[in-house]
Amino acid sequence: MKRLFPILSIVAAVLLAYALYRALVVAPADAQQGEVYRIIYYHVPSAWTAFLLFFINFVASIQYLVNGKPAAKSAAKWIVIAIGIMGVVAAFLPAVQRQLAAIGMLPSAMATTVLAIPAFYFLIGKWFPGQKLDVLAVTTAEVGVVFCTIVLVTGPIWARPVWGIWWAPGDIRLTSTLVLWLIYVSYLVLRRFSNSAQTQMLAAALAVFGALDVPLVYFSIWFFRTQHPQPIIGGSSGGSIDPRMLDTLVISWMAFLLFAFLVCWSRFRLELLQREVEEGYAMESLAGSAETKSSLNERAVNRTPVERRAV
Amino acid sequence: MTFASVALATLKKDIRLEWRSKDALNSMLFFSLLVVVIFVFSFDPLAEESRHIVGGLVWVAFLFAAVVALNQTWARELRNQVLDAYRVSPAPANALFLAKAVGNFIFVGVLEALMAPLFVIFYNLHVLGPAWQLIPVAMLGTWALVVNGTFFAAMSVRTRSREIMLPLLLFPISIPAVIAMVAATTSILTGEDSAHFYIVLLLTYDVVFTTASLALFETILHAE
Repeated sequence: MKRLFPILSIVAAVLLAYALYRALVVAPADAQQGEVYRIIYYHVPSAWTAFLLFFINFVASIQYLVNGKPAAKSAAKWIVIAIGIMGVVAAFLPAVQRQLAAIGMLPSAMATTVLAIPAFYFLIGKWFPGQKLDVLAVTTAEVGVVFCTIVLVTGPIWARPVWGIWWAPGDIRLTSTLVLWLIYVSYLVLRRFSNSAQTQMLAAALAVFGALDVPLVYFSIWFFRTQHPQPIIGGSSGGSIDPRMLDTLVISWMAFLLFAFLVCWSRFRLELLQREVEEGYAMESLAGSAETKSSLNERAVNRTPVERRAV
Repeated sequence: MTFASVALATLKKDIRLEWRSKDALNSMLFFSLLVVVIFVFSFDPLAEESRHIVGGLVWVAFLFAAVVALNQTWARELRNQVLDAYRVSPAPANALFLAKAVGNFIFVGVLEALMAPLFVIFYNLHVLGPAWQLIPVAMLGTWALVVNGTFFAAMSVRTRSREIMLPLLLFPISIPAVIAMVAATTSILTGEDSAHFYIVLLLTYDVVFTTASLALFETILHAE
């Protein structure tokens, strides 16, 4: 495992460089926007990565909340299974198929996407038991905010020459991404400001509230017309995109995903180590208090917050 | 002690406390009065323009004022370890939550009833749409602010610098509700659009977040 990290880092660096080369040199200029459009090779993969990380954060938070409550846990399990089954069935209903065809999406693509929800749910529950769920939640929220910031910065840079404005207020995608970013920044602020044992529960609850909020934001600006370009990838009517562009976008996304994975990995290990150290301090002071209560009282003035909590 | 009697007792206690001290209500009233006066100075609009902006101003004033009341909801219980007593008592946690939320709803509702005439006077308002719809919008909007506010106040009371923490948590989550409240109020005042869609949206928001709060409040209260 220890050798895997440097190897993957080199792979990620090479892949990012290759993606940049493809984005700037290989991919042809856009028919209408010219060279400006090339920023999508950073904008779109960042957005997909950020949304994926926030989704993992949401799943980890749910798992953390139901952990240790058998009734809630089995209820959550069956809800997730029901979502998976209903999504797959719905994808092949004629009415839904017409809707999907309108945005150029194959039913099988939707079914696979929906199936990812239970898959993620069970794999995360299996691979990250107990406190590791919370460590995963911190990690994905932090890295997700970074990628979401990239999206919000590259978006206006592109919009200014193409739309003539930096920001389109009331646009459905722009507003929901911004609100998502705000929610996760408040999530990180909450974690930063409450360094006690309750933080994990509070943060998990906030993540659930945030996830409930995003669809409502989406509907609240339903009436406004969206200026954001519609996706033209992954559909049956995808004839309008040059294959070189599509390849570049996918390679770029792979590079971003690998990069995000590596950052998450090292952040995850760092957080685990930090908790181990804190636990060590706490155990030490507990042992100390059992042995010599009087000497601990002398130290009470200089105790770190961790030790103080343990006593 | 049943669910209803616990909730009713807590609500009565909160209202009695507020009636005797009038802490929350007075500070909210004066705060929103200041907001109104500052807005009047900074915009000075014509009657026609004011119809388009007052929806936003009203709700910004109420949102900021509500935070004042919400911050005191649980901070009040920290004195003499009342909150710890709640946590060890066998009383249902959701009864406590509902009582607090209804109490805040009443306080903010009183504030709105007192402040609404001031907005009419300062901005020369004349409603062009169906005015009665402002009542459901106000009630649903207030509940949307208050139910999440009570929940997040219970969260922020556990953190350092809790007074600052509440708006930081509450405002991002409230954005869809605020959009709906402002859009509904503006469309009623100007009479240009139907507010129907936004009232339904507010109702959805209220149902979703009341359910979520009730489902998670016990976890938050007992989080250790």
